[in-house]
Parts: sequence; C-alpha cells; structure tokens
Amino acid sequence: MIDASLTFSMGCFALALMINLWRVIVARGVPERVLALDTMVINVIALTMLYGIYAGTAVYFEATLMFAMTGFISTVAYAKFMLRGSLIE
Amino acid sequence: MELAAEILIAALMVISGVFGLIGSFGLLKLPDLMTRLHAPTKATTLGVGGVLIASMIHFAIFADHISFHELLITLFLLLTAPITAHFIAKSHIHREVRADELPPPAGGAAWGCFERTGDGRRIEVPGERQG
Repeated sequence: MIDASLTFSMGCFALALMINLWRVIVARGVPERVLALDTMVINVIALTMLYGIYAGTAVYFEATLMFAMTGFISTVAYAKFMLRGSLIE
Repeated sequence: MELAAEILIAALMVISGVFGLIGSFGLLKLPDLMTRLHAPTKATTLGVGGVLIASMIHFAIFADHISFHELLITLFLLLTAPITAHFIAKSHIHREVRADELPPPAGGAAWGCFERTGDGRRIEVPGERQG
C-alpha cells in the first residue's frame, strides 16, 4: 500500500515539476518566473523526502533542509534584485 | 498498529500529492500573478507538509527512530512561504503596476514599492524626516 501511494505521490509531484517548468519558460514577467522557480524548489523538496521514504534512509533530511534554505535565500535575493537593482548596497 | 500506520501514511501521501499537483496547476490556470501567488504558497506548502508528516510517521513506526528534522523543515517552509510571497508581490507591484493605479494607503504614507522613482528622485513622503 505504501509503495502504491508512494508511486502516485511521486508521479503527482513530477507532473507538478513539469507544469512549473512550463511556467518558467512561458511567463509574462520576471516575478512570475521567480514564483515558478520557488514552486519548483518546494516540489523538489517534497520529491526528495518521498525518495528518502522509498530508500529507507534518513540521509535525505539534511539535504532537504539545506535545499529549503538555499531556495528561500535565492528567492529573496532575486526579489531584492528586482526591487533595488543590486543585492548589497 | 502497523496496518493503521500504513493506512495513515498512504492517505497522507496521496492527499499531499494531490495538493501539490493542485498548487502547480493553479500556477498554470489562474489569470495573473497576484492570483497565481495563492496556489503555490498555500496548496503546495500544505502538500509538502503532508509529505513531511508522512515521512515522520514512517520513520517512527518502521525504522524505530523518531526524528524531528521533518518538523524543522515544515516549520521552516511555513515560515518562509509568506515571506517569499510578500517579496514577489512587492517586486510585481514595483515592476508592473504604476503608482497612480493604486489606491492611496492609509495614514498618509506612500507605497513602499514606489518610494524611490526610476530617475533616482525620492517621492516626498509626508511626515518623513529629511536626512
């Protein structure tokens, strides 16, 4: 049962990643691209956790935490660059 | 006990997968950025939270070690999703909405996104101390 639901959930998040990639390619402005990239980061976090359940190891938690922090900081840096034109003033 | 945990984990994973898909589909379906912000910041965050809780229950029941890393990641995501949404909305207003399209904010202040104009001139903000 866990295997079947794991496959279903991984398929859902993989499809979501494809949708996000489409939104990154076809977007009307830079903030939309940044939003799609941020959603991609969140979906990759979910996919990594699901792979951690599939592999049965707890190694992936640290990687996920690092990836969450990197995604947040990069989104904030993008937004700051769009707002001010530079990162460090 | 194991069967109940298995049912709970499977249900959580299916529900969170559907929520993640709905969040990304909303990104495709909704008309403009201010409405599109709702889908990923709410539905996808809930989906990731479900996956993390499922993982926590799975490792607590089947691998006999309780880890709080997942709670840490959930907390981090729940804290950062509103902040990124706010930043993206602010940069959207800054780049693609003109100042006279917006209603004036309360209290006589100016919109923070338009505080500095494109040619480097500052818009006068009432009550602001001149440096």
